[in-house]
Amino acid sequence: MLKVSHIVKEYAKHRALDDVSLEVETGTIFGLLGPNGAGKTSLIRIINQITGPDEGEVFFDGEKLNQNHINKIGYLPEERGLYKQMEIGEQMLYLAQLKGLSRVEAAKRIKFWFEKMGMQDWWKKKVEDLSKGMQQKVQFVATVFHEPELIILDEPFSGFDPVNAEIIKDEILELNKKGSTIIFSTHRMESVELLCNHIALLNKSHKILDGSVKSIKNAYRNNTFYLETTRAFDIANVKTFELLNSAKSDEGEKIKIKLKDGFSTNDVLSELIPLTGINYLEEVIPTMNEIFIEKVKQLN
Amino acid sequence: MNKVFLIIQREYLSRVKKKSFLIMTFLVPSLFIAMIFFVGYLTKKGDDSKKEFKVCDQSGIFKNQLSNSSTLNFTYLDGNYDQAKKDIRKEKNAYLLYIPSDYAQSGNTEIISEKKPGFAVVDDIETQMENILRNKKLIAAGIDTAILNNSKAKVSINAKQLTDEGEKDASIGATFIVGFVSAFLIYLSLFIYGAQVMRGVIEEKTNRIIEVIVSSVKPFQLMLGKILGIGAVGLTQFLLWIILSTSLSTLAAGYFSKDDGVKAKIEQVGKTTQGQEMTKAASSNNKVQDFLQAADTINFPYIISTFFFYFLGGYLLYSALFAAVGSAVDNETETQQFMLPITLPLIFTFILGMNVIV
Repeated sequence: MLKVSHIVKEYAKHRALDDVSLEVETGTIFGLLGPNGAGKTSLIRIINQITGPDEGEVFFDGEKLNQNHINKIGYLPEERGLYKQMEIGEQMLYLAQLKGLSRVEAAKRIKFWFEKMGMQDWWKKKVEDLSKGMQQKVQFVATVFHEPELIILDEPFSGFDPVNAEIIKDEILELNKKGSTIIFSTHRMESVELLCNHIALLNKSHKILDGSVKSIKNAYRNNTFYLETTRAFDIANVKTFELLNSAKSDEGEKIKIKLKDGFSTNDVLSELIPLTGINYLEEVIPTMNEIFIEKVKQLN
Repeated sequence: MNKVFLIIQREYLSRVKKKSFLIMTFLVPSLFIAMIFFVGYLTKKGDDSKKEFKVCDQSGIFKNQLSNSSTLNFTYLDGNYDQAKKDIRKEKNAYLLYIPSDYAQSGNTEIISEKKPGFAVVDDIETQMENILRNKKLIAAGIDTAILNNSKAKVSINAKQLTDEGEKDASIGATFIVGFVSAFLIYLSLFIYGAQVMRGVIEEKTNRIIEVIVSSVKPFQLMLGKILGIGAVGLTQFLLWIILSTSLSTLAAGYFSKDDGVKAKIEQVGKTTQGQEMTKAASSNNKVQDFLQAADTINFPYIISTFFFYFLGGYLLYSALFAAVGSAVDNETETQQFMLPITLPLIFTFILGMNVIV
């Protein structure tokens, strides 16, 4: 769907993107993650043809990126903005027509979305009369009403209360089911790791990691488990794992363990069953945050 | 191209629908007409008050020489200067013209009064006194009085323009005024509408909508649409002003033409000039008559079309420059430092334009 190859983007004294390549497949929800200033927005602006790369190329459906692709992309910028003095309805019609819809078609779709999001009576209102959350909703509709093949959302949940964030999340998932490919860009990695199939991690202008969420998490598993037992046992004598840390609770002992080389969870269970009762044994799966921090540590 | 049209449409409608546009459209011609009436009223009122001049002439040169006019009346005092100075304070609208005995040597005279005399009045008296002195000196030098009286010449150049249709009155005074007003209007409107383009650019940047728009259209299309849209607002405003001013001044003209006496007088004066009778009174009214005739000879469709042509050319150039300033700054207060490079050539061309017109 989208292929970014060896992009370099330089500003006056600063290299914002350094040889970044990535590929987004059709139908995926792709997370573009990284801390502030990593180059996420620079990359998104290049994909949206707001700026051009200094080196490298972007391909959309195998074609080199050009003006015809503009109508196939919906973009929600991080810095939200609308014309303050214009009526919402007029404004939406204008933006929809700029995306290539006819006036009649645009009016139909805007009405559909307004009904869906419960904003029917906003048509004659002005942006300055709306709350920030309401403006965000309007802007979200303006991003998706032309049913783009690729939807790019820069920090989509900032400024939403939990209820509205949930509504937007559901809408995004529904759009994805209907066939839209979605790129999330955020520095709050925990907010999207459950949504995304694929991610790319950017740090200091470089891509440091990409792949499917599953494979990345698998790669960062390190045989660590949480174990809770009904009563204490002598850890010094067990052969299959070592203790990382422990905490006492009323029901028993909750500990974090690491398997020794050559042993599986089955070996742990068979060793423990004669010694104590087992409440649960659960693998510790690293969060994106942890993976990111570890990756950055490795690079340094 | 379709997108440019959409942008033009938005820029145009969002401005024309504003209340401030309507207010400006109606206010400016009304103010203009009101100003003309006010100036006319003041001039008329100023003419009415007759100024009484008491001449205390110790040199004796000017006695009974200064001529009265519609605004000036001279009386000659015999008393001494100190007494006259005391008396003059008691009278309203009276002035004491004091000419010391050594006037011929020093060249100093004084006007003493409670109110300040106007510039035109002082100028008029100075001219009269200079003429009287010159005549006196010429006669003293032995020139015949008869020759002196005949030597007063009155010249009035009648400019004719050679065109395909033959000779035409060039109507210099009227063309000057039309040229000046048009040049000034273009100068002013370039500033007004250029600044609107700049403000539009800054507005989109501070609203952050620019990123949404630029991800839908090319920046060039946005700039073109914005400039053309605001230009169309300017043209609409000018057209409305022309229509409103014309209808208002037609109404005003209708009101004035009821005053048949004035009209008859002007016609009467016109006839006497044709009869080659040059009187002083006629010559001043003649100017008005000339101007009215000259205004008739101006080719208004031509003037208006060239006005729009130059307005558009200047607007396209300067609004692009203003847009560049807008894109270089984040808010309006920062624009000042960039304004000078734009303002300078604009003022320079305005001065250049004045030279061409004169």
